[in-house]
Amino acid sequence: MTRPTVDLRPTTQPPMPRARPIASFFTRPQVIALAAVLLVNWLLFPGFFTITWQDGRFFGSLIDVLNRGAPVAILAIGMTMVIATKGVDLSVGAVMAISGATAATLVTSGVPAPVAVFAALGTGLLCGLWNGILVTVLEIQPIIATLVLMVAGRGLAQLITEGYIVTFSDPLLIFIGTGSFLGFPMPVVIAALLMILATLIVRRTALGLLIEAVGVNRSAARFAGLSAGALLLIVYTFAGFCAAISGLIVAGDIRGADANNAGLWLELDAILAVVIGGTSLMGGRFSIPMAVLGAMIIQAMNTGILISGFSPEFNLVVKSAVIIVILVLQSPISARLFRRLPGAQK
Amino acid sequence: MTRSLRPLLATTLIFLFAYMLAVSQQPAMLSTRVLGNFLTDNAFLGIAAVGMTFVILSGGIDLSVGAVIGFTTVLIAVLIMWLNLHPLIAFAVALIVATAFGAVMGAAIHYLRVPSFIVTLAGMFLARGGASVLSPDSIGIEHPFFTAVQKSYILLPGGGRLTVVGMIMLAVFAVAILLAHRTRFGSNVYALGGSETSAALMGVPVARTTITIYALSSFLAGLAGVVFSLYTSAGYSLNALGVELDAIAAVVIGGTLLTGGYGFVAGTFIGVMLQGLVQTYIVFDGTLSSWWTKIVVGVLLFMFIVLQRLVFRAGPRRT
Repeated sequence: MTRPTVDLRPTTQPPMPRARPIASFFTRPQVIALAAVLLVNWLLFPGFFTITWQDGRFFGSLIDVLNRGAPVAILAIGMTMVIATKGVDLSVGAVMAISGATAATLVTSGVPAPVAVFAALGTGLLCGLWNGILVTVLEIQPIIATLVLMVAGRGLAQLITEGYIVTFSDPLLIFIGTGSFLGFPMPVVIAALLMILATLIVRRTALGLLIEAVGVNRSAARFAGLSAGALLLIVYTFAGFCAAISGLIVAGDIRGADANNAGLWLELDAILAVVIGGTSLMGGRFSIPMAVLGAMIIQAMNTGILISGFSPEFNLVVKSAVIIVILVLQSPISARLFRRLPGAQK
Repeated sequence: MTRSLRPLLATTLIFLFAYMLAVSQQPAMLSTRVLGNFLTDNAFLGIAAVGMTFVILSGGIDLSVGAVIGFTTVLIAVLIMWLNLHPLIAFAVALIVATAFGAVMGAAIHYLRVPSFIVTLAGMFLARGGASVLSPDSIGIEHPFFTAVQKSYILLPGGGRLTVVGMIMLAVFAVAILLAHRTRFGSNVYALGGSETSAALMGVPVARTTITIYALSSFLAGLAGVVFSLYTSAGYSLNALGVELDAIAAVVIGGTLLTGGYGFVAGTFIGVMLQGLVQTYIVFDGTLSSWWTKIVVGVLLFMFIVLQRLVFRAGPRRT
């Protein structure tokens, strides 16, 4: 006899209505947090908001934050969807290394650059598909299924580059990492385009709703007639695709593929960005733009710490403090506290 | 206690088969010297993996173990070299700090009702960051006690050496096996992994057990840090990078179910040895590059996960 299991824990997700007036956008905690971080940066470094136009593109610390934050933002776009299905993808950092290694190795062996780019994106799709198959067909927990590729992926990347750091001077690949379009750095343009496209696709079609349905209760979604398996496959494949784009950007930025260090620990940054963006790790409601905003908050903190002259390692301490604050805010304890406050609804 | 021993048996058989295969390629691997080095080289991983076994048995995950190992080595180095404390006092302080750290993580997981994954991720950042704030550079440890410990070992028949470090690991495994299968705490851990709600309804002290599990995991990670500093004579904030993944892999290869509630501490031992075997074989071979280790461990991990699925699908369905 099987009974439907009920999660007895109270859901702690704050309501996230879809169409809110623009004014309330500025009162969201993420926006306030970003503003606060930027303000601190400005106090530390008065020239922080100065943006200059030079050689046909913008320069300035703010642009730098956007540019450096783009790879994590792109990862976060894919990761948001995965986390919305109550999953997680630990392999994105390793997939970045694989994608960069593929592109670099192909280009140096004389393959035309566009083909190399498509091959790199293809490997990303394949890696994502592999994760998706493990999760759906073999029904392995996402954290473990993607752990396999996280462990083996860097080895595969090193296999592709044969253990060397493959450097290249191909203009297209370098353009992806360091070029500019309409004055903005290419990584920022790619991240923005991907964010808009992904948001439109999930919000203007039923896809986003279906993803949330699977995340809230997979069996219920299946009983309601959704093909949860196919949806999960798409989501994991998309996360792999995003990781491949990030891998190309990082490789183009340093003009080489470093199988050991490309994307190292970025999966954790991406997860953190999604969590800061208000998507719960227990699945359900998600927001892609908020996750991108989360990535920008992380990068703004990184930049601030670098400007203020602390060692980069200090970053980790600050990040952990941020996680702790978010956890406390999302916990049932603080929900109970807020409920006692007069004027709080429900 | 009529739990199926099949996964444990499968892991053991695969280890023996792999070892024989390795020996048939490299006959020199069949010696107590190699076996002794197995124990010494993997001691810190083994000790950390024991803690991870308890966490995974309870249905959680601990991403902070590698960082705690790194932090402990730095703390020990700072206490010995800068404050001139005796190593034994430094060890005690480091273990207390690590245990308290784990207890706080356990409390956060229970009282804030958040996935262990994200809490221990914060713990990982905090421990790594804390270690590099203490000292960003590697600190060499020079102390007569360290040299004395490193030089003492039991000579095995055949010239192998059972070092102090190796003995600590074996002792940890022995105690952990008793703790998991013969104490109330052990049963509570299994109950919690089966279902937290039912465990609570049965009267398992969920809060106390959760806190103890993570405190134990961090204590063992701290002990692994002690062993690591004895092994390398240095404290460095980036020590043991990614060991949490190796530990998780060892636990899974050892037959413990990642959903919790099922598994054996002894299996983890075989999992650690299997990883050590892969590494040693690659060193012996000489032509294979070190990155093959990662690929082989990844493949092993995949094989065992699939094996677990098959075994549990074939068996009677639990609901």
